[in-house]
Amino acid sequence: MTRRIINHPVLDKIDETNVISFTFNNTELRGLKNESLAAALLANGIRTLRVHEESGTPRGIYCNIGHCFECRVTVDGQQGVRACLTPLKEGINVSSGETFLTSVRDWRSENE
Amino acid sequence: MSKVIIIGAGPAGLSAAITIAENGLDVLVLDEYMIAGGRLLGQLYEEPNGNWWNGIKESQKLYEKAVELGVKIYLNTPVSNIEKIDDTWVIYTNTETYTTSHLLLATGAAEAPLPIPGWTLPGVMSVGAAQVMTNVHRVKPGYHGVIIGVNVLSSAIAMELKLAGIGVECIALPKMNKVTKESGNPMDVMNSLLHVSHMAPSTFVKLGSKLMKNEFMKKLGISFFPKSGVKMWDIPIMLRKAVIEIYGDGKVEGVKVATISPTGEVIAGTEEKIGADFVCIAGGLYPLAELAAVAGCPFYHIEELGGYIPLHNERMETTLDGLYVAGNITGIEGAKVAISQGITAGLSIIHNYGLSNQEAAIQAAIHHIEQTRKEAFIQFHPAVKEGKQKLKQHWENHRNSKKLEILS
Ligand SMILES: Cc1cc2nc3c(=O)[nH]c(=O)nc-3n(C[C@H](O)[C@H](O)[C@H](O)COP(=O)(O)OP(=O)(O)OC[C@H]3O[C@@H](n4cnc5c(N)ncnc54)[C@H](O)[C@@H]3O)c2cc1C
Ligand code: FES
Repeated sequence: MTRRIINHPVLDKIDETNVISFTFNNTELRGLKNESLAAALLANGIRTLRVHEESGTPRGIYCNIGHCFECRVTVDGQQGVRACLTPLKEGINVSSGETFLTSVRDWRSENE
Repeated sequence: MSKVIIIGAGPAGLSAAITIAENGLDVLVLDEYMIAGGRLLGQLYEEPNGNWWNGIKESQKLYEKAVELGVKIYLNTPVSNIEKIDDTWVIYTNTETYTTSHLLLATGAAEAPLPIPGWTLPGVMSVGAAQVMTNVHRVKPGYHGVIIGVNVLSSAIAMELKLAGIGVECIALPKMNKVTKESGNPMDVMNSLLHVSHMAPSTFVKLGSKLMKNEFMKKLGISFFPKSGVKMWDIPIMLRKAVIEIYGDGKVEGVKVATISPTGEVIAGTEEKIGADFVCIAGGLYPLAELAAVAGCPFYHIEELGGYIPLHNERMETTLDGLYVAGNITGIEGAKVAISQGITAGLSIIHNYGLSNQEAAIQAAIHHIEQTRKEAFIQFHPAVKEGKQKLKQHWENHRNSKKLEILS
């Protein structure tokens, strides 16, 4: 887990012992219990969480705090779950968002 | 029915909850995040007295104090809508619906985007996202990144990334276009940078703020600003180069930059590439006030406060009965100001509840907000005070028009 910042010059050392497993698109991965799903995936080197429903281009996290809805994934069958707001639990099955219709707050495209 | 409900467990919401619980009212706090503390969690910087402001520790302190006083805090609970039915505020979440007579909105701020070609590539994120990944979740957003947007927040976070051993290739401006206007114009950015000078332990910004007090000196500063940038915490800050595109095949591989004129125009033929595995976009903060809007609060656009502000008075009351606001929803400022606003809102709620007279305490708390603002280490807009003055005027006008309505 080299992407993790275990020791930090100012902040406390993190506890990396509470390792649990989960799957993403059928691949088994490991992460720390209760960290965000987005953090767990990034720690595994995974940036692409889904592909855009229409254009098919890959998408990852953007705001990381629940505002932009870019990080939508499917967790144990439930669609449209924000990976940045979801605590990691043992054994959950996560997959890239499937095509679904919802009023997505795509506030950035209007500014292009 | 809870006596008081607070939406948002950031510094404002938690401080309000503590104040209210200390006075014996029961409080429920709802927050969609998995940890209490809001945007305070990611904050980390050294104050002029040499102490570190450690947002995680500060959040923990507030959270533990609130819990000790019996405050109920429900995390992982996004509020999707609020409405007033008869005399009761109804709060809709992903699970349950809650009701109360006194509701405080302490939803904080959000980051504005900067539209730059390539922003949807995985690896592009807001600068706050990188802050949270690094300081809260302790996962590197990447190994070496580029930050687009030169402002208070991006300078602070660049330093935090360095502290965690993450490479930052440079902080650069976005190419100017309709939307990026000010953040893409070197002159405007230089102006705003004069107000972060106290944060730069080194060179330019500090020097610059003394040198560039008048317009002419500022223009000179921009023209002579070295194209390779000046360094802050060893990170080049480029005011003469702008990012014109983020590139990569399926993920970020780097950015294309070009030299720009002092007014922000791209000089043809100067394009070059800078490699990076992540890119942060720093478009600035604005108050997150959607819930106040659906509730029916009147809004005013106040540039100095960061955007559209729900009308409220110094006691943190809105124009709607039983609805209060505190923290960054009232304007973009640091966490200490948010805390003092939370305390003020808490006292107002107790007072209006009729349990005890808090008039003196409220006046002292209002004074304390102003004091905290004056001493603030981070100031997001140099004219916050003037912004607050404008808001006060809007409040007076509103009240007078209400009086007229009643008279006529
Ligand atoms: C990305 C980002 C980074 C920042 N970094 C700094 C910094 O480094 N230094 C600094 O001085 N200031 C920083 N700020 C400014 C920051 O807003 C203030 O310092 C302070 O945290 C504001 O406190 P608050 O209580 O008003 O809001 P916040 O701290 O933002 O807390 C608001 C809380 O409300 C919750 N919430 C919002 N909407 C809902 C909803 N609909 N349902 C349920 N819960 C909801 C959020 O999850 C959050 O926990 C940052 C702001 C942002 C947005
Ligand atoms: S990354 Fe923006 S909502 Fe999750």
